[in-house]
Amino acid sequence: MTVQTRAAAVIPISVTVNGRGRTLEVAAHHTLLEVLRDDLGLTGAKECCLVGECGACTVILDGRTVDSCLVLAVEADGGEVTTVEGLAPAGGLAPLQEAFLDHGAVQCGYCTPGQLLAAKALLASNPDPTLGEVQEALAGNLCRCGCYWQIGEAVLATAEAARR
Amino acid sequence: MSETMIGATPRRVGGIGRVTGGQEYVADLHLPGELHAALVTVPVAHARIRSIDVRAAEALPGVRFVTTPADLPDPMPRFGPQFVDRPVLATGEVLYHGEPVAAVVADNRETAEAAARLVQVAYDELPAIFTVAAALAPDAPLVRDPALRPNDPLATTNVLREHPIGWGEVDAATADLVIEHDYSFPMVTHFAIEPHAVIAAPDGDGLVVWSTIQHPNWLQKILATVHRLPLSKVRVIAFDPGGGFGGKQHAKYEPLVSFLALRAGRPVRLVLSLEETFQAVRRASAEVHVRTGLLHDGTIVFQDIEANYLIGAYADIADRVVGKGSYPACGPYRVPAARILARTILSHTVPSTAMRGFGNPQVNWAVESNLTEGAIALGIDPLELRLRNLARRGEAFIPFDTPADGDWQQAVRRAAELVGWNEPKAPGRGRGIAVGIKSGPTTGLSYASVRLLADGSAVVSAATSDMGQGARTVFAQITAHELGVPLDWVTVVMGDTIIVPYDQQTSASRSTVLMGNAVLAACRDVQARIRAMAARLHAVEEASVVVDAGIVRLPDRELTVVDVLKAGLGRMGGEVVGNGEARKDDEPGHPLGGSAAFFEFNCTAVEAEVDADTGDVTLTRYATVSDVGRAINPLQVRTQDEGAAIQALGHTLMEHYIFDGAGRVRNLGAIDYRIPTSMDLPLEIHSDIVENADGPGPYGAKGMSEGALLCVSAAVAAAVRDASGAVIRDLPLTPERVWRALNSEARVAVEAVR
Repeated sequence: MTVQTRAAAVIPISVTVNGRGRTLEVAAHHTLLEVLRDDLGLTGAKECCLVGECGACTVILDGRTVDSCLVLAVEADGGEVTTVEGLAPAGGLAPLQEAFLDHGAVQCGYCTPGQLLAAKALLASNPDPTLGEVQEALAGNLCRCGCYWQIGEAVLATAEAARR
Repeated sequence: MSETMIGATPRRVGGIGRVTGGQEYVADLHLPGELHAALVTVPVAHARIRSIDVRAAEALPGVRFVTTPADLPDPMPRFGPQFVDRPVLATGEVLYHGEPVAAVVADNRETAEAAARLVQVAYDELPAIFTVAAALAPDAPLVRDPALRPNDPLATTNVLREHPIGWGEVDAATADLVIEHDYSFPMVTHFAIEPHAVIAAPDGDGLVVWSTIQHPNWLQKILATVHRLPLSKVRVIAFDPGGGFGGKQHAKYEPLVSFLALRAGRPVRLVLSLEETFQAVRRASAEVHVRTGLLHDGTIVFQDIEANYLIGAYADIADRVVGKGSYPACGPYRVPAARILARTILSHTVPSTAMRGFGNPQVNWAVESNLTEGAIALGIDPLELRLRNLARRGEAFIPFDTPADGDWQQAVRRAAELVGWNEPKAPGRGRGIAVGIKSGPTTGLSYASVRLLADGSAVVSAATSDMGQGARTVFAQITAHELGVPLDWVTVVMGDTIIVPYDQQTSASRSTVLMGNAVLAACRDVQARIRAMAARLHAVEEASVVVDAGIVRLPDRELTVVDVLKAGLGRMGGEVVGNGEARKDDEPGHPLGGSAAFFEFNCTAVEAEVDADTGDVTLTRYATVSDVGRAINPLQVRTQDEGAAIQALGHTLMEHYIFDGAGRVRNLGAIDYRIPTSMDLPLEIHSDIVENADGPGPYGAKGMSEGALLCVSAAVAAAVRDASGAVIRDLPLTPERVWRALNSEARVAVEAVR
């Protein structure tokens, strides 16, 4: 068995995280999730299944959602990453965040960051989704509390408010 | 605002952190100098350990040490909420697939995980028991050494305990129709999206442990016992769990990690993978035999129920799950004669524990399905059969327990109406209905304190765990209402045993009732002090002062609580402190140790269609109605009920552990074990509540949050049968199982059953 831990290659990357340029030295085998959580202290992206099935680690990379547990940090080099910490304007909440609270779309909250980012990416590409489109776009984000109806309502309400 | 606070739906208290990433969960916490632990397991369900060689692992740079049973006290410390049976590490034998035999501590997680794979464990695999039939076979190997069960007449069997309960004369009852079937309920897991995590650190002459635990005070007691420390030297800090559902009630790896931290002299953290969580917690599977006696008109004359729960290798709280879950097996009906025998059966499988519904969904699935079978056989509407037998308010439907505490037929009629029960069905669609009942807490003890600060803001200390159900919001609403302060001026402190007064547990849907009453009592204590203050300030008799919902009524004027507070505290400031307690004592001689504080009652009605080519089930309409007494926060009630319903669709339609021939779990993790997603929802969901303010909690509230999960399986299976003719008595109703039922000889022609 080959065990490679401490001798892992370290690679410099430049990445924009929530609008702020970062130059980092990351282990070649570390995922974007590990770098966000452990190197940058951005713990809003959550760890659960680590196989890209639960969506708790969802972030937006260059405009599309990714499971950050399946993306190597080096793959984000030169990219632009949005995490839940980057959603709210200073001193306030983004409309999606407000809507999640108003519609009861948050229970334990552990999946919420991923849900919010999946919803943000959806609305960026489809500002007028149907409930079915919301459900399909967020199908990769598991919620064991079962807030799916409320999440759907919150996303539709956000879309509707943006059109007004 | 206080007048509208009860029954209002303010934003969740603690919600902002949850939408900004600011909410801290245990895995988000990092301590200076922390080390990382990894578990060492062997890929078998049952084995005798010959030796553990840690040399290669400890030689890996970055590894601090490997702890094996030899490094722990002798005899191996054991723990458990009901039986003191779970060892800190497997000692001598591994009793289930995933039971740790050693643990590595290293500078970082990946080194710990790499080293765990280098620990050489020599073992002899032994035959494993992982079905009820194998466990009950006369020559079955024993999961538990009889020497560990002295004076136990069942010691030479795999039955840990039997729970017989009953009334009336079942064998003497005369029925026009006896319906008798076997039903099975699968092993499923909680799958909280937050995996279990624990961080332990030495703390002076004591210990501090951060855990995703639901019952911090119970964990404190377990750790104090294992480490022989006074309670005051064990500090358990429990951040709001990222979902619990019962899986995080009781200690799992906290004793182990605390031993590792004490050995390291530094903080040690263990964050389980989802796969490891599957190997740490699950719901008990069950096989249930039901014999129901009915008259021609649908009147129930007897129920004869045998429920065999396969609980796993250690008891955890599972024997209580079996006893309490099977107790109301006859349902909320007038049943003149009942015989229930439930068995708690040991097996070489992951120890099962509490899970939302607490042993009730297993028997409910069987008994409610059997009633539908009876209705079909008699040609009676399943709705009418239920209404005919439903206990009316005040009826002692379980003769030695709390009488029916609701107008339950209201919820049944409402659910039927919401699903359009009496409307014509579209072709290919079928309907099903079922009811569920669960005994609320039988004992309980909660303390709370409320501090009204000098500026009129308030701090509530209440050790309930807010794992998503919204307890924090409910306690803040009660306090805001009682003291007349704005909701966003109330802070609720939870989850720290050194700071927050004792609470027995967060389970059995108790928190709004028990802790809610304690918070209410603490608020009333504050009110009493304000009353005395007002009497002093205004030179009137205390008896002439009334304090209610934030208002102080003097003989000649009305003031707010906060006005009186500010005047009464004066320039020095300070605060007014109130304490509250809610207690439900043991009732000696009662089969469960106490009668139900309340019953959770739910009716679920479903309309379904079945794809005959694939066996896929679509729920076209879904209604869930719970009797909640009073909804302090109706939106939270709705999300708990709909969430419970969706969770139940998991064990109803898709979830189950799959074993290989040697008792290893083959579908660990999120790829091979599916839980409901946003694509698995009913096409329509209608949830409603019955509110008669007839509960024992604040303002007439009853506990809720498990009710809507109890009877989902029976309602869905009935709808599937009504739609397609497929008769299935084994969960989950996977497409394959439905397709096979449709294509087997056992299929009942739809026309024949109508």
